[in-house]
Amino acid sequence: MIRRIRAFGAFWYDFIIGDDWVVALGVMLALAITFAVSRSTDTPVWWIIVAAVAILLPLSVFRATGRRR
Amino acid sequence: MRVFVGGLLLVFGLQWLRKAILRASGHKALHDEAMVFESTLAAARRPGDQRRGLAVDWYAFTLSYKGVLLEGLEVAFIALTFGANQHNIPLAAAAAIAAALVVAVVGIAVRAPLSRVPENSMKFAVGVMLVAFGMFWGAEGAGAHWPLDDAALLVLVPAVALYALALVALFRRRTAIASPVNADAAITEEATHS
Repeated sequence: MIRRIRAFGAFWYDFIIGDDWVVALGVMLALAITFAVSRSTDTPVWWIIVAAVAILLPLSVFRATGRRR
Repeated sequence: MRVFVGGLLLVFGLQWLRKAILRASGHKALHDEAMVFESTLAAARRPGDQRRGLAVDWYAFTLSYKGVLLEGLEVAFIALTFGANQHNIPLAAAAAIAAALVVAVVGIAVRAPLSRVPENSMKFAVGVMLVAFGMFWGAEGAGAHWPLDDAALLVLVPAVALYALALVALFRRRTAIASPVNADAAITEEATHS
């Protein structure tokens, strides 16, 4: 039973998080910051997710190339 | 809903795009799709696959189940997001069913293995679309308002594609500097597949 629950959890972890948890965490943080800033100010907040992707994508590729060396 | 689905699309898209960039820049081997197709076909045709419960062929059952679950979930996320965005989920569901029918009819008509589809180019394009739509919906769901509203997607999609191509060039250059022989081999391998 425990083995099945573990396999079920591993499937969802692999499906959603994939092989780089930093990306998932970064996206979650960026969306949370966008939400918080949009609630507290009237300034445009669309750039936060753009900046997050601009940082996360090369960072994730860089981490992957580092692991392969 | 939009922030959840947009966030998921963005995470999936970044994973796809990372792998596409790694393949295109020579850091990850390209799949030999023809070989994968042949080995999967051989495994599927292997006699003696056991019957379990109501499933006559357990191998075929698990293969179909995995495919339908994974791809079906992605389709459900995309259709829900489109529907929620336009406040018309039934229309988005009907469009998704129509798209599935069209793809099934084309698949039956063409009857060719997926190895003939340029895998990395396709994954690159899917990754770009997922990231652009994920950014758009995720940020909108979190309270952001895009300049140009929906037309912002017309800027986001090419911008993400150009950024990803720039990263391919950058990481290909790093491969060439680090190991000129390996980079040449990777580029040659890619050229034979494209």
